[in-house]
Amino acid sequence: MQRTKGRGRFIVTCLAPAVILFLIFMIYPTIDVFRMSMYKWGGYTADKTFVGLQNFQTLFKSDKFYNSFQNTVLLIVLVTIVTFSLALIFAAILTREKIKGQNFFRIIFYIPNILSVVVISAIFSAIYRPEVGLLNSFLNLFRGEEIQWLGSSKVVMYSLVIAMIWQAIGYYMVMYMASMANVSESIYESASLEGAGKIKQFFSLTLPLVWTNIRTTLTFFIISTINMSFLFVKAMTQGNPNGSSHVFLSYMYLEAYTNSSYGYGMAIGSVVFIFSFALAGIINAVTKREEIEF
Amino acid sequence: MSKKDTGAIKQTSKAGKIGIYVVLIILAITIIVPIAWVFMASLKENEQFYGSPWTLPNGLHFENFVQAWQEADMGSYMLNSVIVTALGIGLLIIISLPAAYVLARFKFKTSRFWNVLFMAGLFINVNYIVVPIFLMLVDADSFLQSTLGHGFFLNNLFILALIYASTALPFTIYLLSGYFKSLAKDYEEAAYVDGAGYFRTMIQVIFPMAKPSIITIILFNFLSFWNEYIISMTMLTKPTLKTLPVGLMNLMAAQKSAVQYGRMYAGLVLVMLPTLILYMCVQKQLTEGMTVGGLKG
Repeated sequence: MQRTKGRGRFIVTCLAPAVILFLIFMIYPTIDVFRMSMYKWGGYTADKTFVGLQNFQTLFKSDKFYNSFQNTVLLIVLVTIVTFSLALIFAAILTREKIKGQNFFRIIFYIPNILSVVVISAIFSAIYRPEVGLLNSFLNLFRGEEIQWLGSSKVVMYSLVIAMIWQAIGYYMVMYMASMANVSESIYESASLEGAGKIKQFFSLTLPLVWTNIRTTLTFFIISTINMSFLFVKAMTQGNPNGSSHVFLSYMYLEAYTNSSYGYGMAIGSVVFIFSFALAGIINAVTKREEIEF
Repeated sequence: MSKKDTGAIKQTSKAGKIGIYVVLIILAITIIVPIAWVFMASLKENEQFYGSPWTLPNGLHFENFVQAWQEADMGSYMLNSVIVTALGIGLLIIISLPAAYVLARFKFKTSRFWNVLFMAGLFINVNYIVVPIFLMLVDADSFLQSTLGHGFFLNNLFILALIYASTALPFTIYLLSGYFKSLAKDYEEAAYVDGAGYFRTMIQVIFPMAKPSIITIILFNFLSFWNEYIISMTMLTKPTLKTLPVGLMNLMAAQKSAVQYGRMYAGLVLVMLPTLILYMCVQKQLTEGMTVGGLKG
């Protein structure tokens, strides 16, 4: 083969820029998270002292950390369950039923996904304003007392949940619509001839047929929820009131920047990494099914 | 929507159908109303924000936009955003296309290793690693400071664009190589027979075919680069270099003390208008393109 001479050079030229940037800006920082978690490090100065696992010991004794852990888990569970059930149901309705204006609904439902989280946070801040917000002024028609949507530590997490579902639902709905549209009509025809109702069809036909898609998206959704919750908290609540609405990454950012304790911040980062990989692994194992094809 | 194929299927009852429409319309309203409200609010006078939120603006106060654009510097932030987004997308395309092509269609000693490593990159979210990236740039800058007398890496729009492009590589390569793998080997064979080299084959034969995938990538990354603010906020500390969403965050913070609502909502419109316009033009491409992706960071 006379081609092999240039082949190696071609491969290296094409691959090198991507590999170099990927190693510098993703792989190295990732390793650094774990390495730095074992140092006590103040900030811009060069004094780093190796302290082993001391950061983790402090971390596991910290109430603030457990609070952010709890908040993260709450968000993951609620946002995932609501978003996925609603997205799947609406997708099934819009693909299976003869709905007029199907396209219109699809276009509208996808809009939140193209907006910046800062924009969504600003919109929801307006909605949640206690005295003259859109939500309370609407609820006032039915009841008198004002709800402190972002001001009460009991309510604030649920206010975040609502904003996050609002943001995510359209994207997943449109995606499931695409995969459900691939299911052939004849399967449903024979199912309904056998007397299976709409709801039965949804659970025993639609869901199993798009299961592979659900499974992949679920894993990524959960990982992205850890990240999205950070974006929402950062722009909408800054962890307030009284630091009660912090999630994993916002707590990490707070420790690393505001308190300039990078080592401690990275210990949180390591826990987040391990947590999200473990969670992805568990989800992957739990949702494993025989692949069904008709 | 032909009526022919409905014959065999049991039809949903009339009441059920109305119920479905009601739910769909309510959901659509919860999306349209807040966005429409922001557009309306951007034209209101500051005093109006203390009354009911449902009143119409008492006149079209476009001065909110002038204030946001000039006094709050949203104009220059917009320029920064345009520069960073355009640079980031340009870099990403130039870097990811050849890499994805090689990873998808060439077998070599370490090809499996790189494929797996880039796949693993899909699980690394940039916000997990924003602190180490920042510290790495601080280190590099303080080294330059001591040798050259000035820093380079922080407060640099180009470096921010480079970080955007680099961290978007795993997803982009995953998308593109998925497409390249689906092509028949015959395309290259034919080009080689015609005497084209590797580079010419790739640039003149393969890349033009990938145009739809490239457009999808541009759309997705335009949205993510334009809307991004955590990395931008961390890497650009100089006030004049802010990008649009970070500028909006400042307006939101200022709004709490100085009560300039009109200006803030005008800023909000400035941030979302370009994405909304783009969406109106390409919504079909965007909602169809995602079937290839199926996941996002």
